[in-house]
Amino acid sequence: MKRRTYAKSLLAAVIASAFSVLTPALAWEPTKTVEFIVPAGTGGGADQMARLVQSIIAKHNLMKQSMVVVNKGGGAGAEGFLDVKGAKGDPHKIIITLSNLFTTPLATGVPFNYKDLTPVRMLALDQFVLWVNAETPYKTAKDYVEAAKKAGPGKFKMGGTGSKQEDQIVTVALEKQTGAKFTYIPYKGGGAVATQLVGKHIDSSVNNPIEAVAQWRAGNLRPLCVFDDQRMPYKAKITKDMSWNDIPTCKESGVNTDYVMLRGIFMPGGVTADQVKYYVDLLEKVRETPEWKKFMEDGAFNQTALTGKEYADWVAKAEKLHEGLMKEAGFLAKK
Amino acid sequence: MHEIQSLMAGFAVAMSWFNLALMLAGVSLGVLIGVLPGLGGANGVAILLPLTFTMAQQPGGTTSAIILLSCIYWGALFGGAITSILFNIPGEPWSVATTFDGYPLAQKGRAGAALTAAFTSSFVGALVAVILITFVSPIIARFALRFGPPEFFSVYLLTFSAFVGMARGSPFKTITAMMTGFALAAVGIDTVTGQLRLTFGFESLLAGFDFLIAVIGLFGIGEILLTIEEGLEFKGTNAKLNMKVVIETWKELPRYWKTSLRASFVGCMMGIVPGGATPASFMSYGLAKKLSRDGEKFGTGVVEGVVAPETAAHAAGTSALLPMITLGVPGSPTAAVLLGGLLIWGLQPGPLLFTEKADFVWGLIASMYLGNIVGLIVVLTCVPLFASILRIPFAIIAPVILVICAIGAYTVHNSMFDVWLMVVFGILGYVFKKLDYPMAPLVLALVLGDRAEDSFRQAMLGSQGDMRIFFDNGLVGTITGAALLLLFSPLISRALAIVRGRGGRSG
Repeated sequence: MKRRTYAKSLLAAVIASAFSVLTPALAWEPTKTVEFIVPAGTGGGADQMARLVQSIIAKHNLMKQSMVVVNKGGGAGAEGFLDVKGAKGDPHKIIITLSNLFTTPLATGVPFNYKDLTPVRMLALDQFVLWVNAETPYKTAKDYVEAAKKAGPGKFKMGGTGSKQEDQIVTVALEKQTGAKFTYIPYKGGGAVATQLVGKHIDSSVNNPIEAVAQWRAGNLRPLCVFDDQRMPYKAKITKDMSWNDIPTCKESGVNTDYVMLRGIFMPGGVTADQVKYYVDLLEKVRETPEWKKFMEDGAFNQTALTGKEYADWVAKAEKLHEGLMKEAGFLAKK
Repeated sequence: MHEIQSLMAGFAVAMSWFNLALMLAGVSLGVLIGVLPGLGGANGVAILLPLTFTMAQQPGGTTSAIILLSCIYWGALFGGAITSILFNIPGEPWSVATTFDGYPLAQKGRAGAALTAAFTSSFVGALVAVILITFVSPIIARFALRFGPPEFFSVYLLTFSAFVGMARGSPFKTITAMMTGFALAAVGIDTVTGQLRLTFGFESLLAGFDFLIAVIGLFGIGEILLTIEEGLEFKGTNAKLNMKVVIETWKELPRYWKTSLRASFVGCMMGIVPGGATPASFMSYGLAKKLSRDGEKFGTGVVEGVVAPETAAHAAGTSALLPMITLGVPGSPTAAVLLGGLLIWGLQPGPLLFTEKADFVWGLIASMYLGNIVGLIVVLTCVPLFASILRIPFAIIAPVILVICAIGAYTVHNSMFDVWLMVVFGILGYVFKKLDYPMAPLVLALVLGDRAEDSFRQAMLGSQGDMRIFFDNGLVGTITGAALLLLFSPLISRALAIVRGRGGRSG
């Protein structure tokens, strides 16, 4: 008896899959409004990207149902991740990540992990650049680090967004590689950090390109190096004589540090492969629009965009990296 | 006078029928958003941002898009005052200080006067700020750069000092209320260490206590509980219902020119720095109470007590757009969303925006003038309508208010927990009123507590724990000095009185 039911359901599955090949209309698609969670406040980098995706989807009619962006930034993003973790099996919810996917559970002990979520796809990687005030004499990252070392531990101030989050992790990685010691001062937003650097309240920052580009073009800030293993590909001139591509990697300038931040999409756990595929395809269409391409270039993003197993492997590796760096810095939550 | 020329060009951009219609739509929508507590300007603008995306891709469309969004913001600034005055429920954080005198005025039957004063002074504050933006923006942008952590802390200290000693009654009750506020503000993530504090393992407490939830509960629900006890009726039912009240109030307003001027100054400074509209309104109210001839009567329902916070809030809200345009630093949560909008539209806020996108910037500035005029006309014509809401029997309006409060509390974080939290704060508000504890210090500490703490600790990190950093340069030294002077002014004046041999009777 049991055997027969099995055979029957197998038959049903074969027929169903045959149908799904023949008529793509049967593939899963949202049946109600999709909630797009941003585990950060309004106005920041993740929020901008989420709202851009929402705008592009609406403008090009890429989805029959509508999409709403919901900010759940409490507890350094824990609020948003716990919300998605709790929505097991709900295919009408997606979340965009910052590095807080890794750093927040490690630093605060709030119980969630990327393994509670289903990886959908990487959208891009956000770059970090070492910036100093343009009036300072430092021309290369090496000059700057040497000066920081010479001044003594804690004398140079590094400003960044948040505490025990990506900006401080980059700082820690930099310290580990070079032996320089900075006093890290956490601020609430990237724009504020750039302004503090222009006002000389701090000595350097590791702002994302988009956060500091306006001040660079105005001649107030100077980029020293990018924390990636290769230069940014954008060759259009940003200032009179420099493009993003002209900024050396930190490795090239003798400071062997790299770090990129994941801008990826996840779904709750327990969703079907069909449902994941829907969002993978949807976001692929978003990535092909001219609006998206312009946004990538404006923000000098690294356009690596993995899917499937490669994406999952990348995420697993990134978690290891964060755990290692945070452990060494003593940032892990006490159990 | 190339500013005037640019501004005229800006008016030419902003003055199309399409843009004027957008202004009207934006302002009306903004007023509605401002009236609903919880649904703040930032949320309203964020919700409409995707709609502007297509608009921004037409030629000249970015100007139309920013006009729509900024007019929602002006509308919300105007609208926040309405429920503060009518029901003691601040629609927006910056209208909390408006309740202190606005609501007593409404209870005396002068709701129309309070509303007119609030709207008119909002307009005056905005006008001063826009004029400032038009003519001296480059200088001001450089001034904002001088503000580091110690400077910010000294500004917050000044706000607290302007407010301390304001409440009547026992100073110990004031301190208790303020410390409760600080404790509540400490819940959630600590930005300086990245650790969770005081959440006791409850996931619902991760986000901390939102100021808006507390305000909706303490003021709105608390007030309704009190009214139920006192006999099921509003006291403001004999409100006048014609446009004459506008003219009569206008005749009274010029008397408060000193307060307006001071409030505009405080507002502009707080907007540019950027400290935000909410601290500006509190600081302005506190200063007005201390420095005005009628300071004693503040809190009992005087028009001047409405003029001070509203002028400052609107001046700050308007000038907050300046650091956004020139530095790329948002001066308020709403400005943060607008900033995100600019980036999505492909504009780059920062020092070069003025030269590279001159027609956009001057179109925006021109729309600030026009949008505020449109806003003033819209809200003023509705004054009798708003005031007449008070004629509706309490038994009908109270459930409506409760529902609106609950929706408002829910929209802040889309969380049911917040609705229950609102009820708890409502009961707390009722108990506070009954025991004669002041609520304003609690609210002030809740809204500014963590910001003051952050800047204090950032300053300490930078100076390696050396307190002298608060007197390190002329700017920070002056502000800290002024704050300390204000803080100890009751003691100082008493000491002076003793020295003069008149005994310490004032206290």
